[in-house]
Amino acid sequence: MATRRDYFSRKVHSLLGVIPIGLFLIVHLSVNYYIVDGVESFNKAAKFMGSLPYLYFLEVTVIALPMIFHGVYGVYYAFLGSINTNRYSYARNWMYMLQRFTGVFLVIFIAWHVWETRLAKLRGVEVNAEMMQNIVDNPLMLIFYIVGILSATFHFANGLWSFAITWGITQSPRSQRFMSYVSGVVFLALSFVGIRSILTFAGIL
Amino acid sequence: MTTPMQADQKDIRFIIERQDGPDQPTYTEEFTVPYRPNMNVISALMEIRRNPVNANGDKTTPINWDMNCLEEVCGACSMIINGKPRQSCTALVDKLEQPIRLAPMKTFPVIRDLQVDRQRMFDALKKVKAWVPIDGTYDLGPGPRMPENKRQWAYELSKCMTCGVCLEACPNVNDKSSFIGPAAISQVRLFNSHPTGAFHAEDRLEALMEDGGLAQCGNAQNCVEVCPKGIPLTTSIAAMNRQTTLHSFKSFFGSDKGRTGSAVEA
Ligand code: HEM
Ligand code: SF4
Ligand code: FES
Repeated sequence: MATRRDYFSRKVHSLLGVIPIGLFLIVHLSVNYYIVDGVESFNKAAKFMGSLPYLYFLEVTVIALPMIFHGVYGVYYAFLGSINTNRYSYARNWMYMLQRFTGVFLVIFIAWHVWETRLAKLRGVEVNAEMMQNIVDNPLMLIFYIVGILSATFHFANGLWSFAITWGITQSPRSQRFMSYVSGVVFLALSFVGIRSILTFAGIL
Repeated sequence: MTTPMQADQKDIRFIIERQDGPDQPTYTEEFTVPYRPNMNVISALMEIRRNPVNANGDKTTPINWDMNCLEEVCGACSMIINGKPRQSCTALVDKLEQPIRLAPMKTFPVIRDLQVDRQRMFDALKKVKAWVPIDGTYDLGPGPRMPENKRQWAYELSKCMTCGVCLEACPNVNDKSSFIGPAAISQVRLFNSHPTGAFHAEDRLEALMEDGGLAQCGNAQNCVEVCPKGIPLTTSIAAMNRQTTLHSFKSFFGSDKGRTGSAVEA
């Protein structure tokens, strides 16, 4: 008897991409935005996040495990597909390709980012504005972070569009088109927040 | 790039990807065919068959291809024409860039030259029970009527000719994946919308939920761009996503299953 593992995993992957990972991305970028008000403001916000009750439990269940599932299944799923934008250069096919490229890049970026920040905390380093400032002082790291942020915001925004199809919410071509505008606005808004923050850390803004 | 065919041009050039048998190597061969007005790719292939000599003047074997209806309703003559999968019977030479490049679709096993075996598509239709079962030991009488607006969109879905073009364009249909492809998914929507076909709606949804089914769609939406019949495949896919989701909730939480699916399977 054929199994339904694909169907189930794909739905879990889709759901986790929005809840909790997508929501976490919004919260994370919003907290970072406090840097625009100054170092103190950011440190206060970061401290508040670090003082949430059940922090370890939340970090593991809301962030780590969903990320690992979405990432592992995402890589498997991305490599099941192929890229044929050469022959079929339709806008949606480009989005399909970018969804996969940004996903794979995010594995690298997020692994590095977690190592450099959250795992550094375990090694006894204090996570604060100064830490980020030092990281993006290096122009190569700044570029790496900018690409990472844009990958995450694109992947999430375009993911909302495909989420709506994966769950059968948007069926008509019209609703799918409407959703791509929504997705575009989400991408622009989150990218603005993310890029403005990182440029402020870098002392450019 | 060269220009579209002019009426005063004498010859049409073809570059054709050939293969002598299922596991044989591929090679390309060039042909020139004398121009006649209103030719399509098939009439040019017939011309080559009449006089199988390639562009170098060497005698060669005639080209193999598949066809039936010659009016874009059977799907048999699909091939890659100038990079795009489409039907060769409606590919008018006057509207094609020269040289005209022909190749078999890559999604299906090649039988010979441009002829492919689309068996997997028919297997997919069997798998999802893409029919309305009415045979029995007694006359079932007339079925329920279908609302006119539903009939209209269902008619659009019924135009599918299992040509395989949507599978060919889909990045998730390839030898690494077992994805059933857009055509069969859309047929589930068609037969589930039929008042009598709906009796078996759940069987079809469950077939779509098996490995290699609906879940393998990655929403690249190439299918809807290339379908020669303009079938709203991506609407069908989203609609089946909704139906299968509701179905799985209903069978988990609901009360209308005396025995669960797994008990029957065991
Ligand atoms: C910032 C972290 C991430 C967020 C917020 C996120 C969010 C999402 C969302 C909302 C979707 C849409 C689900 C759907 O299509 O139904 C999605 C899809 C996808 N994600 Fe992620 N994701 C993240 C990281 C990753 C990573 C690390 C990978 C690894 C490759 C990945 C691979 C994929 C793939 C391949 C899809 C495509 C699903 C499809 O279009 O059919 N994602 N993601
Ligand atoms: S859905 Fe369109 S492209 Fe796909 S097999 Fe049917 S007619 Fe061909
Ligand atoms: S011969 Fe039937 S579609 Fe071309």
